Amino acid sequence: MYGFEALTFNVHGGYLEAIVRGYHSGLLTAADYNNLCQCETLDDIKMHLSATEYGSYLQNEPSPLHTTTIVEKCTLKLVDEYKHMLTQATEPLSTFLEYITYGHMIDNVVLIVTGTLHERDVQELLEKCHPLGMFDSIATLAVAQNMRELYRLVLVDTPLAPYFSECITSEDLDDMNIEIMRNTLYKAYLEDFYRFCQKLGGATAEIMSDLLAFEADRRAVNISINSIGTELTRDDRRKLYSNFGLLYPYGHEELAVCEDIDQVRAAMEKYPPYQSIFTKLSYGESQMLDKAFYEEEVKRLCLAFEQQFHYGVFFAYMRLREQEIRNLMWISECVAQNQKSRVHDSVVFIF
Amino acid sequence: MVSSSSSWSQALVQISPYTFAAIGIALSIGVSVLGAAWGIYITGSSLIGAAIKAPRITSKNLISVIFCEAVAIYGVIVAIILQTKLESVPSSKMYDPESLRAGYAIFASGIIVGFANLVCGLCVGIIGSSCALSDAQNSSLFVKILVIEIFGSALGLFGVIVGIIMSAQATWPSGA
Repeated sequence: MYGFEALTFNVHGGYLEAIVRGYHSGLLTAADYNNLCQCETLDDIKMHLSATEYGSYLQNEPSPLHTTTIVEKCTLKLVDEYKHMLTQATEPLSTFLEYITYGHMIDNVVLIVTGTLHERDVQELLEKCHPLGMFDSIATLAVAQNMRELYRLVLVDTPLAPYFSECITSEDLDDMNIEIMRNTLYKAYLEDFYRFCQKLGGATAEIMSDLLAFEADRRAVNISINSIGTELTRDDRRKLYSNFGLLYPYGHEELAVCEDIDQVRAAMEKYPPYQSIFTKLSYGESQMLDKAFYEEEVKRLCLAFEQQFHYGVFFAYMRLREQEIRNLMWISECVAQNQKSRVHDSVVFIF
Repeated sequence: MVSSSSSWSQALVQISPYTFAAIGIALSIGVSVLGAAWGIYITGSSLIGAAIKAPRITSKNLISVIFCEAVAIYGVIVAIILQTKLESVPSSKMYDPESLRAGYAIFASGIIVGFANLVCGLCVGIIGSSCALSDAQNSSLFVKILVIEIFGSALGLFGVIVGIIMSAQATWPSGA
């Protein structure tokens, strides 16, 4: 019953919620980002980061550092925290935590399949996979020739199996089909996650519905913009949109027929929450759209921490940490390539 | 004793007043301790988790646990007071109106104290959990949230006061 979670939530989830809030307080602040943006070299970045929570992860790295090393160690910290929480969680929190990583699993699957298509070495690809999305038989993905084999050989044993029913075809895997496969899988995953949260009920359902709806709408806009000018038909495009969210169903109908960015903007400006995002961009510009979406997402994720006794804080923490890693990667790249003037283009402050 | 047409009311007045009094005493201690325990686990689980990142909060936030414990102590005190009010009456006077009144007064006193302490313990426990989490992030919030807890723990006191007043006028008929 919504409103009475406080009576029973702490039996199973109280300890972990307190732990995730402790992790949340360790996220980098605006002052930290200002310090990092003023660094001249990657070693300066390492020195600044050693004063934060990342200290123990970076201190043993030899110079010269690479940006990929920094990102890798920061991701390792996230994975350690996630595993710590997952081992202590009981049902249904453990299922909820696992759901958070299915998105990464999908990305890893697509990465390996695309890499194999372009004849890359499997070991090299495995190193590039996101550690949160690893599963046991991931290396055998390189063997599959088409989607049916992919499913039958590898994916039927993974948690992604139920998402494949919509996209099993006998077509060979090529770039276009792989992107369609990625988006179809992600659509099925989002809908499944949404249903699971609705089943949990209470504050979790309400907060997660809002966060997942924003995610679904953002993906719909990105799919529309990226498929302008490609050979993806309107019907195919509409099939990739999730069936929940603010834009469902009328916004999706308008987005499906858009042919350029200004039409997308016109379709989105009818929805007040997204109107504020699109008014920040001047006409014809779409590079800042990603940053505007990230800012809106971070704002909503921070609001999830305002309420106690629900699972949304776990999802919000993982996403905020991923945003922080993206920020660190951008700052490191700008510093490494000596383009510090562009550093503030893509850093989203969390605190 | 007025016999009414309903068979339920006839059945209820046939129950011995000792039964009502004993159940009242049991409720006063049992349900109060339920409230206190519930509140303590709600506070305790959050406090332990939050203290991992911020160990300084542990000693101050034990106050929340102490407030919950106080609720159980109220229940014990009232139960002891109530049991001293339980006297024997000669069996000829067992179902006199006076004796029924005494039995019901002790029963009501037990319910009042028990349930007031149950919700008070819950209230203090939930606030204590939020207090621990906010103190871990910003230590200036602790004293302000403590004020809310103090108001919450006053609820148990209200129950104890009314319960004691109720039971004070529980006089059994004297044996003669």
